Amino acid sequence: MLYFLIRRILATIPVLGMVALFVFFMLRLTPGDPAAILAGENGEPHQIEGIREALGLNKPILTQLTIWLGNILQGDLGESFFFNKKVTELIAMRVEATLSLAIVTLIITLAVAIPLGVLAAYKHGSWIDRLVMGFSVLGFSVPVFVLGYFLIFILSVQLKWFPVQGYKELADGFWTFLHHLILPSLTLSVIYIALIARMTRASVIEVLNEDYIRTAYAKGLSNKVVLMRHALRNAAVPIVTITGIGIALLIGGVVVTESVFNIPGLGRLTVDAVLGRDYPTIQALILVFSLVYVFINLLIDLSYTLLDPRIRY
Amino acid sequence: MQPVLKIDNLSVQLPKGADRQHAVENVRLEVLPREILCIVGESGSGKSVTGLSVMGLLPKGQLKPVSGKILLQDENLLEASEERLRDLRCTGMSMIFQEPMTALNPVMRCGDQIDEVLSTHTKLEQKERTQRIIRIMEEVRLPEPERLINAYPHQLSGGQRQRIMIAMALVLEPVLLIADEPTTALDVTTQSSILQLIRDIQHDHQTGVLFITHDFGVVAEIADRVAVMQWGKVVEFGEARQILSDPQHDYTRMLIGAVPSMKPGHREREESSQVVLNTEKLSKTYSERSLFRTTRTVYAAQQVDIELRRGETLGIVGESGSGKTTVARCIVRLIDPTSGEVFLDGNEIGQLRTGQLRPYRKRIQIIFQDPYRSLNPRRIVGDSIIEGATNYGISREDALKRAHSLMELVQLDPNSLDRFPHQFSGGQRQRICIARALTMEPEVLIADEAVSALDVSVQAQVLKLLDDVRRRFNLALLFITHDLRVAAQICDTVAVMSQSKVVEYGLTHDVFSNPRHEYTRSLLDAAPGKDWEFDLSLNTHG
Repeated sequence: MLYFLIRRILATIPVLGMVALFVFFMLRLTPGDPAAILAGENGEPHQIEGIREALGLNKPILTQLTIWLGNILQGDLGESFFFNKKVTELIAMRVEATLSLAIVTLIITLAVAIPLGVLAAYKHGSWIDRLVMGFSVLGFSVPVFVLGYFLIFILSVQLKWFPVQGYKELADGFWTFLHHLILPSLTLSVIYIALIARMTRASVIEVLNEDYIRTAYAKGLSNKVVLMRHALRNAAVPIVTITGIGIALLIGGVVVTESVFNIPGLGRLTVDAVLGRDYPTIQALILVFSLVYVFINLLIDLSYTLLDPRIRY
Repeated sequence: MQPVLKIDNLSVQLPKGADRQHAVENVRLEVLPREILCIVGESGSGKSVTGLSVMGLLPKGQLKPVSGKILLQDENLLEASEERLRDLRCTGMSMIFQEPMTALNPVMRCGDQIDEVLSTHTKLEQKERTQRIIRIMEEVRLPEPERLINAYPHQLSGGQRQRIMIAMALVLEPVLLIADEPTTALDVTTQSSILQLIRDIQHDHQTGVLFITHDFGVVAEIADRVAVMQWGKVVEFGEARQILSDPQHDYTRMLIGAVPSMKPGHREREESSQVVLNTEKLSKTYSERSLFRTTRTVYAAQQVDIELRRGETLGIVGESGSGKTTVARCIVRLIDPTSGEVFLDGNEIGQLRTGQLRPYRKRIQIIFQDPYRSLNPRRIVGDSIIEGATNYGISREDALKRAHSLMELVQLDPNSLDRFPHQFSGGQRQRICIARALTMEPEVLIADEAVSALDVSVQAQVLKLLDDVRRRFNLALLFITHDLRVAAQICDTVAVMSQSKVVEYGLTHDVFSNPRHEYTRSLLDAAPGKDWEFDLSLNTHG
């Protein structure tokens, strides 16, 4: 177990190294000059040159790379070209909104998807099953921005249940905070509900055919107990896997959702940084995202040992 | 005496499009207190459906009881509500199943699984429940109950798991125990101790037992009365001794006649026949490694020396985990031996690299246990059969011609080469597997438990086919089995394996009539129905 942990943590080093190199060169290969963007539409050539020198962009690429990597090793992610702030500060400011959005989305998703999936599996082949599967297909096919504006129109503009846009910090009070988060989280969760409900259904259907389910019925247990205590726990490994992947994908999902609902999170920061060719910020964000991804994967693998005593590392 | 279970005229309907209208039809039988009633029959005879009907556990929407009565102590279970049935399960009637490996929930501790029965059906306090659990675990002769209560099923052996199942079933002292092939998946020595346990415990608790089996050896061992089922009907019902010694119905006669004898038949043996394959000190070890050192070494096979002669059958017998399959797989090089040598016609093949091995591969072919899983379900059988031959450069036309004649040889219709595996029965599939092995024109054929998954009548036919094929092509046959009866009938020589070593090796007749090693003796002792000499002349199929 300890050996497994050490090995996995060591394995993240080359992964992050590759990501770092990849991002660095991809950005240098994309058209667009940060200095020109910063200088504005009427920037003179000598101003642009000055900015470039100030940012260190006139140095040879390999020199830029070694400086950047050296700084990372010292824990310094650099300074944003655009916002005139340390990138770490910038991320710290924006992380709460994204994290809140992700957590509320996850809670909604699990609370809806797992009961739906179990129900569909238990009523396998009935109209309930077909309804859940139909919803699932719909959830997959509707893009977040379409669904987002649709929900805003119905729930905010017409029914006035939720604010149209914006974000309130936790510091502004829990209910205000939650009130602003529900609509964006609901929008974002639809696709994950579709995904996880489907996975839960498939996984539970498979488990329901197992011999130990027959044993459980033979013991005189009720349907509810058989489903929740015996079937779901055995079906958990694939569900947890797909949930973990879902969380990782969520990071991509927040970019659009945060734009639609005007939430100042990491997704918006990414969009702004890309538009401004803000190299240090983009690089740092991608590194943080990949670190989160690696960490979630590790958590998934560790959770297997809790769910299934046969799995040991 | 008042029967604990009385089944009267029970018929269960099959879904439309099945091969017959009823899974069971007009079944009548009864189980008395303290009695073991065996239902015997082959797969598809309706014996499990009968058991599941009593428990009310028939798959919903597929099988439906349409007439008759099932009386458990005078209460008609077919009219009982779902809730009443739930209350009766484990309190009035219990069921144990064939596969102890899969019948327990793998993610729940054994003690908790027994506890579930108590907490569902009684109002006992936690402490009393724990005492009850430990007591029943002692009663089913599980070692160290205090420790096993916290074990997960995968940490127990097959026999121990079946004991947990029995403990679970009997903890509330039901009047009826339904045992559906409870020992079929177990080793012969484990089987014998579980049968003994069931007999003792039902006697002490006065439980009536409905024991479902396909094995007349088990019947001879345990049954008070017998019901023989064929095609959903009870064709013969009576006292066990009576039926075993004087079966009336043709089907019963056929089943009893198909049980292979424990006495080896007389087989001609030519001393001069040539050695095709032999192993020298063949060993396979698996080691688990942790960070710095090897923590645990498992010996799967140790220092195995065996010799296969042309036209002869060598049997490897032993229980699961004894290493018999490991030896077979090393010889075919599906796995690589850790040390030792394998000689094929004097050429060492045990340590060859993949590329060098290629010319030798076709000369050794293998047939596996489960014909349901050893054919690719998405390929027509013709393609499966010729794949090996075409891989060795034979044109498709020639290979198909060969497949055609081999299908005739294994007594299947050559025109069915374009069908898929699921369109064949188990016995037919095993014939296809034999044809597939033979298209390679091998010198050595390995059959790894090749008849273990088959019904006894089909088993007899496939055994006969294997023996015919061996004689006809002058093959060296390596026959791996856990079944001593089968080994006695088909093998010229046998090697008995235990704990990864060959403990006894000799002519079949010598080993069976005069076993030297203690382990061989215990194996022979444990064979179910060993004291009963089944009359082979009953076999209407010759």
